[in-house]
Amino acid sequence: MENNGGSVVAMIGKDCVAIASDLRLGNQAVGIASNFDKVFPVNDKLYYGLPGLATDVYTLKEHLRFRVNMYRMKEEREITPKTFTHLVSSTLYEKRFGPFFIEPVVAGLPTPTELDPHPKPFISTMDTIGCVTTPKDFAVAGTAADKLYGVAEGLWEPDLEPEDLFETVSQTLLNAVDRDALSGWGAVVHIITHDKVITRTLRARMD
Amino acid sequence: MVSKAVETPNAGFDFSNYARNEFFGQRLQGIPKATSTGTTIVGVIFGGGDSGEEPGVCLGADTRATGGPIVADKNCEKIHYLTPQIRCCGAGTAADTEFVTNLISSNLELHALSQGRPARVVTAMTMLKQYLFRYQGHVGAHLVLGGVDVTGPQLFTVHAHGSTDKLPYVTMGSGSLAAMAVFESSFKENMKREEAIALVSRAIRSGIFNDLGSGSNVDVAVITKNGTENLRNYEMPNERGLKSRNYKFRRGTTAWTKESIRSLIVSEEIKSTSGAGKDQGGVEVVPVPTGAGAGGEEGMEIDS
Repeated sequence: MENNGGSVVAMIGKDCVAIASDLRLGNQAVGIASNFDKVFPVNDKLYYGLPGLATDVYTLKEHLRFRVNMYRMKEEREITPKTFTHLVSSTLYEKRFGPFFIEPVVAGLPTPTELDPHPKPFISTMDTIGCVTTPKDFAVAGTAADKLYGVAEGLWEPDLEPEDLFETVSQTLLNAVDRDALSGWGAVVHIITHDKVITRTLRARMD
Repeated sequence: MVSKAVETPNAGFDFSNYARNEFFGQRLQGIPKATSTGTTIVGVIFGGGDSGEEPGVCLGADTRATGGPIVADKNCEKIHYLTPQIRCCGAGTAADTEFVTNLISSNLELHALSQGRPARVVTAMTMLKQYLFRYQGHVGAHLVLGGVDVTGPQLFTVHAHGSTDKLPYVTMGSGSLAAMAVFESSFKENMKREEAIALVSRAIRSGIFNDLGSGSNVDVAVITKNGTENLRNYEMPNERGLKSRNYKFRRGTTAWTKESIRSLIVSEEIKSTSGAGKDQGGVEVVPVPTGAGAGGEEGMEIDS
């Protein structure tokens, strides 16, 4: 965790979800890159963030890409956020006694189906060995997790519209990350709604 | 076989990162802590005797999950499903209690199917202790197991190393001392159902308020031979007050440098240039002749 730094936060809004991360890659206290994206798409309306050890970010990302592609071919449909969470969870628990140093955050909008025509926005987090928590408000992870908990607990409110959710999630991340030496160096925010995904790179402190 | 080379159906744990992580642990200040359920979980047997009440088991749990000193989840579920008539409260490493419980639940279902009758609580207890003993305590699941089967109400504790106890009232987790203090002073045999629920929730409350690892709400499950009643958030003594003010930001507060919008709406525009649907000069329009074939003027007779 503390080796490369980095943080991710996800929030639920009104018929939308947001997931945001910083862009720093470090080697302990030394900054290496300011374009290290930790949030990846699974499909149109499902994104996940992998803060933690950078080598495991790549390993896990490729591993999950493979598993999701296999799922897509076998099932002939897109994976739902809930199923994807369980996929990540069991992938992590398989390495219970030699874990990946990653605390994943999943954020997605489930596609309406016949059984569930009005699905709720979905977020979840896991610890390094795959214990799932599915909050109704926000999820945080990474080296600035402690600070993010505090800021998000104060700023989050229910039923924010996409543009308001953008402000809340951005301010939460920016202000938490400014108090964390290992996170920062730029930030990126994804707002997922039913008809579009807005990705914005934020102007942030670069120190 | 190709699929075997690409995707091995691994059973059991994968230790491939173990050596690397040991090295990391020495180089950095230890490895990150897993979410644990610093917990209060309890169970009592009630009914039977001259209480005139159906004998049963009452389980209780708090709803706080912690990661070190941080509250990771304020309202998690610690009463896990095993079978319709057996539940299991978990303390210790949260991931372990979750996965062990799921695994044993699956195996109990298969066991019930192969034997053609519901699995007993001792069976669940034996499967749990044999699994946990095999991992010598490294799978950190500390459980309170309760249920009703053909032999009546059953209550056990299972420790991570594989030892078990069979008692009429039990507590586990970091709040076990606080909860046991309540049981030791107030437990009676052959309690009424309502008495048992009240005692269990009082024991959990004592954990919530006196143990730092426990908190938030009280979950209760009552199991009798008639079925299981899940009383999720039976008591909520720590509800968050309403915010007196809202902290919504004015739109445009956050400065951003780059934006990309991916539209998820599939749309297409049709512009006809020639051919069908468009008048074309010099072409005589001949209407398609309608004949009196099958299904023509007189129509076909179907099922008349």
